[in-house]
Amino acid sequence: MRPIDDSRVVVSLEHAATTVGGRTIWSDVTLQVRAGEFVAVLGPNGVGKSTFLKALLGLQPLSAGQLEVLGTHQGRQNARIGYLPQRRAFDPSTRIRGVDVVGLGWDGDRWGIPLPARFGGRHAREGDERVREVIELVGATSYAYRPIGECSGGEQQRLLIAQALVSRPDLLLLDEPLDSLDVTNQASVSALIQSVCRSQGVAVLLVAHDVNPILRYLDQVIYLARGGAVMGPPEEVITADTLTMLYGTPIDVLRDRAGRLVVVGQPDSHTHHHSST
Amino acid sequence: MNARFSWNIADDVRQMLAFHFMVNALRAGTIVAVVAGAIGYFMVLRRQSFAGHTLAVIGFPGAAGAIWLGINAGFGYFGFCIAGALVIAALSRNGRANTGLGGDAQESAVIGTVQAFALACGFLFVSLYKGFLSGLNSLLFGSIVGVTDTQLVTLLIAGLGCLVALAAFGRRLLFASVDPDVAQARGIPVRLVNGAFLVLLGIAAAGTSQVTGSLLVFALLVAPAATAVRLTARPAAGLVLSVVLALAVTWVGEGIAFFSPYPIGFWVTTLAFGSFLLAAGYRAAVDRAGRRGASRAERVTVSTAGSPA
Repeated sequence: MRPIDDSRVVVSLEHAATTVGGRTIWSDVTLQVRAGEFVAVLGPNGVGKSTFLKALLGLQPLSAGQLEVLGTHQGRQNARIGYLPQRRAFDPSTRIRGVDVVGLGWDGDRWGIPLPARFGGRHAREGDERVREVIELVGATSYAYRPIGECSGGEQQRLLIAQALVSRPDLLLLDEPLDSLDVTNQASVSALIQSVCRSQGVAVLLVAHDVNPILRYLDQVIYLARGGAVMGPPEEVITADTLTMLYGTPIDVLRDRAGRLVVVGQPDSHTHHHSST
Repeated sequence: MNARFSWNIADDVRQMLAFHFMVNALRAGTIVAVVAGAIGYFMVLRRQSFAGHTLAVIGFPGAAGAIWLGINAGFGYFGFCIAGALVIAALSRNGRANTGLGGDAQESAVIGTVQAFALACGFLFVSLYKGFLSGLNSLLFGSIVGVTDTQLVTLLIAGLGCLVALAAFGRRLLFASVDPDVAQARGIPVRLVNGAFLVLLGIAAAGTSQVTGSLLVFALLVAPAATAVRLTARPAAGLVLSVVLALAVTWVGEGIAFFSPYPIGFWVTTLAFGSFLLAAGYRAAVDRAGRRGASRAERVTVSTAGSPA
């Protein structure tokens, strides 16, 4: 265990539990995430990974325990959180530009009407500049001015990551951001997220069903289970012993020649959900 | 109409404005076009056209009932449309933009049934109020002579209310429409915003019905907005263009209706439909040219980013 530096803790859970429709999703979750950490949230399907992010946003109440986000109760500081929900595909006929969708991350929660920046105040002009900056950061400049419905899945995902980043959040919650991307894009987006995490001290919690594309960028992983959770460096947590103990069922962790991890025997129907397909 | 059209436009306008009913029609048309153009833009973006049409049809029994009871038809329109909006908002279970209406097959079946029932009720009220034969046509398809001074005041108040509300929460509405999950996470009460928008849509539909009739509200509520989104993907430009188009088809349509024996609803709808066709054709041509350009560019440079859709 590292010494705990309380001033840098951005997410803290103590014996937290949540239920959906009377069913316990996860419980007895105690962990802390510090500023600048890149953390993957893992676990079999249906274990409540997305629910975990929603709990951090205050969209999902706790049934027990304590939860603090950015030094206060859940849901109080959401303007300081960048959120990328699980895969949203824009309909091909959506006639609104990518740059406008990114801009909504900057001031979409403000009152008033969406005017072009040159008619707006200082905040709008600053936003205009910031939007251009993050679009360049995610490498979306060439298609950001096209209607977002005409962009490919990977292009949309980059724009949505830009949207999550635009308001300079202290915490990024990304729900399966690599899901719709091909292998090349998975690598470049993972590297991008890590660089944002390092250079700006942003804590990143990333839900993934496959740890391999992000394995070399990660600081910590969280495995969620109905009766608890474990958190630690990937090489300590993604082991047969730890996962067998957490899920109470025999689990093997195999490593192939390329160094990819394959978790076999998790308590769900998708035994290969950790292998790259 | 005993007016005769000359090619001297200024003279024609003077001729029209000599009639009080025509001044009222133009005033009402202006208010309605601005509101319908603006609200319609968001409706098209949110894919809630079916909701808009339903609300307009619900206005018909309201107006017919009001006339039967001897009340101002305007109150009937607004009362029924706003009540209808509240019911639809309560019915749409998860309050999401794309499932608000029409997303769920069972829900659209329910709405369709309600729509038919509303039309039938309207017809009953018209029958109960005997000697009201021409009234039915103008309720359904609009009339140029129907706008009274009281109605105009109601329209103005309702229209201003709509625009003030839209100016206050337009940006939040856009966020909740385009990206409801993130909007919710950022503290926007998405369900409430969706409900509020439905009420605005009800008001816009009620107002538009009074010019175009219940069955032809789409001429002002959908067509200008659908035309605008085909011409631009910028929200602010789309909103302005939608309003401008709605104003143009209303004014020109009312002008033609004044000089021709045919009803206003037909002219406004025809103009709106014509501009939509032009825009759709333009879009298709631009997209085809864009695709050809893109595939040419792809041959030259090896793209590492995801391939264009």
